[in-house]
Amino acid sequence: MSVRVFVPRDTTALSLGADAVATRLEREAERRGLALTVVRNGSRGLAWLEPLVEVETPAGRVAYGPVTPADVPSLLDEGLLEGRDGHALAQGPTESIPYLARQQRLTFSRIGVTDPLSVDDYRAHDGFRGLEAALALEPQDIVEEVKASGLRGRGGAAFPTGIKWQTVLDAPADQKYIVCNADEGDSGTFADRLVMECDPYVLIEGMAIAGLAVNATQGYIYLRSEYPLAKQILDDAIARAEAAGYLGDDLRGSGRAFHLEVRLGAGAYICGEETSLLESLEGKRGLVRFKPPLPAIEGLFGRPTVVNNVLSLAAVPFILAEGAQAYANHGMGRSRGTLALQLAGNVKRGGLVELSFGTTLRTLMEDFGGGTASGRPLRAVQVGGPLCAYLPESQWDMPLDYETFAEVGAGVGHGGVVMFDDSVDMAEQARFSMEFCKEESCGKCTPCRIGSTRGVEVIDRIRAGRDRDANLELLGELCETMEDGSLCAMGGMTPFPVQSALKHFPDDFLRAPEGDRS
Amino acid sequence: MNDSREWTPQAVQAEVDALKHKPGALLPILHALQDRFDHVPEGAVPIIAESLGLTRAEVHGVISFYHHFRTSPPGRHVVQVCRAEACQARGARPLEAHAKATLGVGYHQTTADREITLEAVYCLGNCACGPSVRVDDQILGRVTPERFDALVDELRTQPLEVLG
Repeated sequence: MSVRVFVPRDTTALSLGADAVATRLEREAERRGLALTVVRNGSRGLAWLEPLVEVETPAGRVAYGPVTPADVPSLLDEGLLEGRDGHALAQGPTESIPYLARQQRLTFSRIGVTDPLSVDDYRAHDGFRGLEAALALEPQDIVEEVKASGLRGRGGAAFPTGIKWQTVLDAPADQKYIVCNADEGDSGTFADRLVMECDPYVLIEGMAIAGLAVNATQGYIYLRSEYPLAKQILDDAIARAEAAGYLGDDLRGSGRAFHLEVRLGAGAYICGEETSLLESLEGKRGLVRFKPPLPAIEGLFGRPTVVNNVLSLAAVPFILAEGAQAYANHGMGRSRGTLALQLAGNVKRGGLVELSFGTTLRTLMEDFGGGTASGRPLRAVQVGGPLCAYLPESQWDMPLDYETFAEVGAGVGHGGVVMFDDSVDMAEQARFSMEFCKEESCGKCTPCRIGSTRGVEVIDRIRAGRDRDANLELLGELCETMEDGSLCAMGGMTPFPVQSALKHFPDDFLRAPEGDRS
Repeated sequence: MNDSREWTPQAVQAEVDALKHKPGALLPILHALQDRFDHVPEGAVPIIAESLGLTRAEVHGVISFYHHFRTSPPGRHVVQVCRAEACQARGARPLEAHAKATLGVGYHQTTADREITLEAVYCLGNCACGPSVRVDDQILGRVTPERFDALVDELRTQPLEVLG
């Protein structure tokens, strides 16, 4: 019988040569007369082991990684197909790898396990049970379930998902929409991408449930153009879900309709802001809208619209399948459920870590991450994306939950954890925050559009030693103006990384920058 | 040479007509044009405006708002270097300086041999394995200056093939 060997096909595995590994495995097996079937699964999210090759054995799946094409012959020599231990790349049973075994994978239970495009595989791993449950419920009951789970928006704003859905359900309209914000632009985040590339049906299912909950019949996934593979996989998955009756005019014979389409963004970070995203979906420049009216009342094309992040929608199938309590049992305080953390930047063992709220950064960066990739001491960490604070070591022992982080002016954001070693120049990072805002501002409000340009200039003057004290004061005032006067989080939060760098790493601002900054 | 990437008003009109019924059709149309012609030709603006009932200024405004859309043809390959924080933590700054020096161009410029257009990008979602670079639709991780040079050599020595 042919042995099944899994070679991931997500962007990270491919970026490290997974296709060449798959080809080499097939070729080498043919040469040796071995019966082997290569399955292209998603990634388990253990990025540092990619390409992570797994083999199916009677005792479960066994992992090897990181594998290069040149490793293939020796792996086969040393018993890859029997899942034998001994090779330098052998990681043992996949599920027992401590990095994976210590996680609480609710949303990400299937990534890397299944063939992302196989509907049968998805169903065999508890897929579509949430949707089947939702089809038997009244809209209000679905909304109640999501409310009871305590799920809050995973895009960064942490607004209770059930309350948002209730608002849309209660708004009378001839047409309502579900919009998935898949414009995952924060550096250090890739959890949305992993959902879309490795388990696309969980997002499709979550959106269909949202549609049933608020009586919306049309959904859009607004996907960033930087994710070409996710586009291809989602398009394919949507077509297959339609063919299997999980999307379309008649969901599984219920008479209820839900249609879904992927729309591509075009390289504008600001379109991750929900009102800018809606403008973009309508075919306009991505200018931020004034709120109110809330998108839940007047959203896409002026109709009531649920706008949720990929991770919020992908959490919903579990909640409907297992019950709100099973989700709410995880977490701490008002932060219920699990958080998808993404270890990135200068990290030895980077990847996806899904944990209940309440863990600390230190546990995450040291126990999971294993410290820096460079081996140098860790100096700063930016949690939550380019609009969130840089945290020094004194803040690495706080529990990760929305409220605790907010108290110290930090954010959990979308769960990105970007680590920097002691070679980082924090004044340069602060300057980059302003430069990024200048580059990506939609231009509608002055504090963001002009403030960011002035911010770069002021930081340059400080570093050049020109009227340092006066310019430091000016930078403080500028940050306040941006924070208080900007229309959205782009201008309003850009000061956070700047102020945190100033506060915790002031010495870096006292010296001139090194090297090229072009 | 019959190059289907050369645009004509008829070809633009066909792309527009295939999509104009969609709600919010402008971005899908611009993507379709750029996918087909590698850029959005200036000459397409009045055709799109006419078909969607917009002004030329509105169409131009949308094209110029988004980094992704370009109004002149790029080189044979587009190379994007990630400039965002996670890649910075792994050496993106020296890498971008190296890329510019090696290719002899800045961002949004094309090498003299028309082989490579260099662009900046803010995050490719490969943040645990930076620095990352995108070449056309392929994303590469852990790109050192040496790997970058090897990549450029490979792109330049590939036999000319008819694309699409």
